[in-house]
Amino acid sequence: MSEWINIALPKGRLGEKVYKRFAAAGFECPEVLDDTRKLIFENTEKKLRYFWVKPSDVAIYVERGAADVGVAGKDILLEYRPEIFELLDLDLGKCRMAVAAKKGFRDDPERTLRVATKFPHIAGEYYRKLGRDIDIIKLNGSIELAPILGLSDVIVDIVETGTTLLENDLEPIQTVVPISARLIANRSGFQFKYQEIQAIVNGLQQQLEETK
Amino acid sequence: MNHAMLKNEEKVLFGLRNLYSSYGYARFKMSKFEEYDLYVRNKEFLVSDSVITFTDTNGRLMALKPDVTLSIVKNTDHTKGVQRLYYNENVYRVSDKTHAYKEILQTGLECIGDLDTLNLCEVLYLAAKSLETVSADCALNISHLGVTSALLEQEALRPIKRELMGCIGEKNSHGITALCQQQGVGEQLTEQLRLLTQTYGPACDVLPRLEQTFTDSAAQQAINELKIVTDYLEKTTSVRVWVDFSLVSNMNYYNGLVFRGFVKGVPTGVLSGGQYDNLMKRMHKNAKAIGFAVYLDLLEHMEAKQEFDVDVLLTYTQATPIEQVLAKAAELTAQNKRVSIQKQVPEGFAYREWVQLD
Repeated sequence: MSEWINIALPKGRLGEKVYKRFAAAGFECPEVLDDTRKLIFENTEKKLRYFWVKPSDVAIYVERGAADVGVAGKDILLEYRPEIFELLDLDLGKCRMAVAAKKGFRDDPERTLRVATKFPHIAGEYYRKLGRDIDIIKLNGSIELAPILGLSDVIVDIVETGTTLLENDLEPIQTVVPISARLIANRSGFQFKYQEIQAIVNGLQQQLEETK
Repeated sequence: MNHAMLKNEEKVLFGLRNLYSSYGYARFKMSKFEEYDLYVRNKEFLVSDSVITFTDTNGRLMALKPDVTLSIVKNTDHTKGVQRLYYNENVYRVSDKTHAYKEILQTGLECIGDLDTLNLCEVLYLAAKSLETVSADCALNISHLGVTSALLEQEALRPIKRELMGCIGEKNSHGITALCQQQGVGEQLTEQLRLLTQTYGPACDVLPRLEQTFTDSAAQQAINELKIVTDYLEKTTSVRVWVDFSLVSNMNYYNGLVFRGFVKGVPTGVLSGGQYDNLMKRMHKNAKAIGFAVYLDLLEHMEAKQEFDVDVLLTYTQATPIEQVLAKAAELTAQNKRVSIQKQVPEGFAYREWVQLD
């Protein structure tokens, strides 16, 4: 690399998987996986600088140029709509955004549908396309509680295996959009570090094809 | 005048005014307010659709200007030959991210009338020169909506045009693949769309590939126009000019060339422009138009942080004669030093040098 590349990784299990992909593609920085309180890790030889951030903040770091590239879930990109380039679907962290309700739920089209969610934009856009009148209830956690306690009719949330829903007598009724981790880049950084960012894209693309 | 005292955006502003007026662009000065109706009719043209409104003394609903181009188009008489206008104005918009109103200092120019390729080259040249004025480390990306629209207007793609434009704008070729699969779009068309997201580089590298793929006459004409303009810019400016089809603007207003300028160190584009003949039609003006804006507020990112509040902290006592204090301050300022006169050192005050007068 002729220029330093700042890479924002999402903290947690997904981030570790993502880093392993980067390392296998030749963009390693072994310290990253050390159990330490450090936040920034550098490979001075390859001019790579990794840092861990909260998954929902990756897009902000990239959009604002603190990171040149990063990895964020499609759910975050759809919800916050950052102005970034979405360069690659990494095929990791796969799940789906779904509408779920209490088992046996029947939608009454004559009533406004009450939707509890952490993702008001995604939910709003989904129902706008369906032409369905809804009342969005923005929650920050324990979304599954809302239909059980009668706070909402349905929820729009991320569903991985569906176990949490099942345990709470809920079931997914519609898929809104499939979700996975995406490689994103800052639009200005992309202009000035094109060769370096494209090398990362090509390396990860090759990894992706090998794992398929 | 001590030019070192000027902020970066002020220096750039002077440089740009000089540049635009030297090419015969006249200053367009306007009021801060415009009738709200103008923006309602052209809502999609605005970067942000929230406008600050108020009722004036005649009961008319007015707005603090969120945009300059619409006012220029409205007030320009295009029948008197090609109109060349530039502006330095504050506009008022809502930030998408913070949902708060912002005052943004913008400068830019508009060229309106019976335009030909020469006029397009001139405006693109001034855009490139504007970037050079801002920073030597800059890049100008150019696209042509003639190519993009020739593709997106195909029958099979119309139902997903909006989503496809989003994907092209994000260089999201996997998104295009998924959308086309869902819609049952053929492989050849899908590949052409993916090519648009991957087309990024010097004109001499990317245009021959596009010429082979997009054989439609409208697209060929657009590619030819891109070739003329990029060729001219490469010969006459030092700015890195690349073709980039991720520039997609609202086609209800824009057509033809669209472009965006970047400077190193600023996370978003600092210059944005394009041809907007479609807007002219919507405003019942029988003329062509092209223009661009430079977002001066973004240049703050390039400003080095001031290490000190002043160069010299000048302190005095009750016994110090007033003339002596003021004379010392005058002597220091004559040396282009920033001086602060204080009785005692203010808390948290950063100064390069401390002069005490007894």
